[in-house]
Amino acid sequence: MEIFHGKSVLQGIAIGSLYVMEKKESTWTKHMIDNTDEEVARFQKAREQAIAELDELYEEALDQVGEENAMIFDVHKMMLEDMDYLEAIENLIRTEKVNAEYAVTVTGEEFSAMFSAMEDDYMRARAADVLDISGRVVRVLEGREEPGLHSREPVIILADDLTPSETIAMDKTKILAFVTKHGSANSHTAILARSLNIPSLVNTDVEISKEYHGKEAVVDGVTGTLFIEPDAPTLEAKQKEQVQIREKNEKLKLLIGQDNVTKDGRRINLYANMGNVEDVEKVLANDAGGIGLFRSEFLYLGRDTFPTEEEQFEAYKEVVSRMGGKKVIIRTLDIGADKKADYFGLDPEENPALGYRAIRICLTQREVFRTQLRAIYKASAFGTVSIMFPMIISVEEIRKIKAFVEEIKAELKAEGVAFGEVELGIMIETPAAALVSGELAKEVEFFSIGTNDLTQYTLAIDRQNQKLEEFYDSHHPAVLKLIEMTIQNGHKEGIWVGICGELAADDTLTETFLNMGLDELSVSPTYILKLRDKIRNIG
Amino acid sequence: MKTLEYVITDPVGLHARPAGLFVKKAASYESSITVKNMENGKSADAKRIMAVMSLGVKQGNKIELTMEGGDEETAETELMAFLKENL
Repeated sequence: MEIFHGKSVLQGIAIGSLYVMEKKESTWTKHMIDNTDEEVARFQKAREQAIAELDELYEEALDQVGEENAMIFDVHKMMLEDMDYLEAIENLIRTEKVNAEYAVTVTGEEFSAMFSAMEDDYMRARAADVLDISGRVVRVLEGREEPGLHSREPVIILADDLTPSETIAMDKTKILAFVTKHGSANSHTAILARSLNIPSLVNTDVEISKEYHGKEAVVDGVTGTLFIEPDAPTLEAKQKEQVQIREKNEKLKLLIGQDNVTKDGRRINLYANMGNVEDVEKVLANDAGGIGLFRSEFLYLGRDTFPTEEEQFEAYKEVVSRMGGKKVIIRTLDIGADKKADYFGLDPEENPALGYRAIRICLTQREVFRTQLRAIYKASAFGTVSIMFPMIISVEEIRKIKAFVEEIKAELKAEGVAFGEVELGIMIETPAAALVSGELAKEVEFFSIGTNDLTQYTLAIDRQNQKLEEFYDSHHPAVLKLIEMTIQNGHKEGIWVGICGELAADDTLTETFLNMGLDELSVSPTYILKLRDKIRNIG
Repeated sequence: MKTLEYVITDPVGLHARPAGLFVKKAASYESSITVKNMENGKSADAKRIMAVMSLGVKQGNKIELTMEGGDEETAETELMAFLKENL
């Protein structure tokens, strides 16, 4: 048995025989030519054929993986029509009197090097695209056929790296998994693996040797391991695990429509976190009981001007209506710190996490706050809306907010605008808020604990700083104590308490939270059914 | 001559697919169109895909488009709408 490790792009286990993808070696050599016009024409002809191939691949991809993923072949075609690229090749042929294969290869390498040198991972991945199109033209120039997968049985593909044109030409029903020596999580192989939903490893420490062809292997996407010729105990264990994973996924789907109740009858609400309006799709598909955190700052980021009341209203209204009466908790603007937009005109700060952000901006820039609150109240006529305010540290702040909310409501009433009953709550994400939660609970209708910031502030550890990882403990007793205290203080005043930070999805703490009497967990939509399963097995 | 500025909101920036769409759109005008990444000062002919991709435009980067030619006004309005919708 041989064991290798790679970076997993998709969880799951595949078992089958290996198919080593070989690239047919090209045989061309650099040589001088006499008739440059003829050579340029030969290049142009090969280029046209390459484009025709790409057109076909695009059509095939459109059927198999959809327009979004097929678009890459259209981009390849555009690269083959790019004037900079074409001029560089033609110049090389004409000035140095070299053959087209050489000119195309050298130009491809130059452009590829330019992309490789870029800072951005995604752009670096484009280096492979340039080599791919250049390789295609050279292959046509040499009169070689396109390589491909020729197997009757489904196999695990082992390759150095796969270009988009290689993967798309494969019959997808014959692929159990991909294992590549190179490639990144942003490579096309990884993207394709995700869209086909098959386990795959990239950047694997395995040699791509013909010897492995046909040998039995296990790809373990859970641990990122490749076993070649696994011994009997390993194979048996992995087969079992594979069945378990399949059954688990099927079983989770059966939980749609079921209650989040423990065996001993304790119930908890499972809500979803979301940012973009389109996320509602996932929220509904995963059967969330409501939206526990709608990060409204996504409406503000990535634009040049403040979103208008109308724009915000439309966005909130869409989410609220599509949730069909289920609760939608909108968190007011949480901008500042790591989330910034130029038009806010925020000054750079020494300690942005402790700086001018979230409610501090809203309470000092009342017009910004007014626009958002008006939009939310108007949307409340279309479903069940709650509002929560971030970064609270004192009772004084809530009183100011509530007085302002009353002003807004009076304004709307005077204008004859309809709005619904809106529950008001706050985020507990500063140690200060947790410590005075007994007082705060008298002022609001719910608490939602933001564990990411609460942990960062309690432990005085900046989560962006990787050097501090060894000091960071998400289960630190101080944080858990603050959470418990907040729940108790909330319940004393008869209000509900939830958690909407990352800790909510940590299933090793679910039972602890239930024991503390927590009322709600808000997590990213993909965790809803997993947590429901966890909860139904407690007690 | 017309110019417009836009801040990229797409999480992966002006990468292959959107760059392809953008270049196609730009190529549909007779005006010459230059795109500049205000972050690093690099600029490129908006009709040339490799050059556009080499600008390394990321989310949050501001780009500036300069259009010059007979249909510069149409190009300005339509490209702005295009950017807002796709990037």
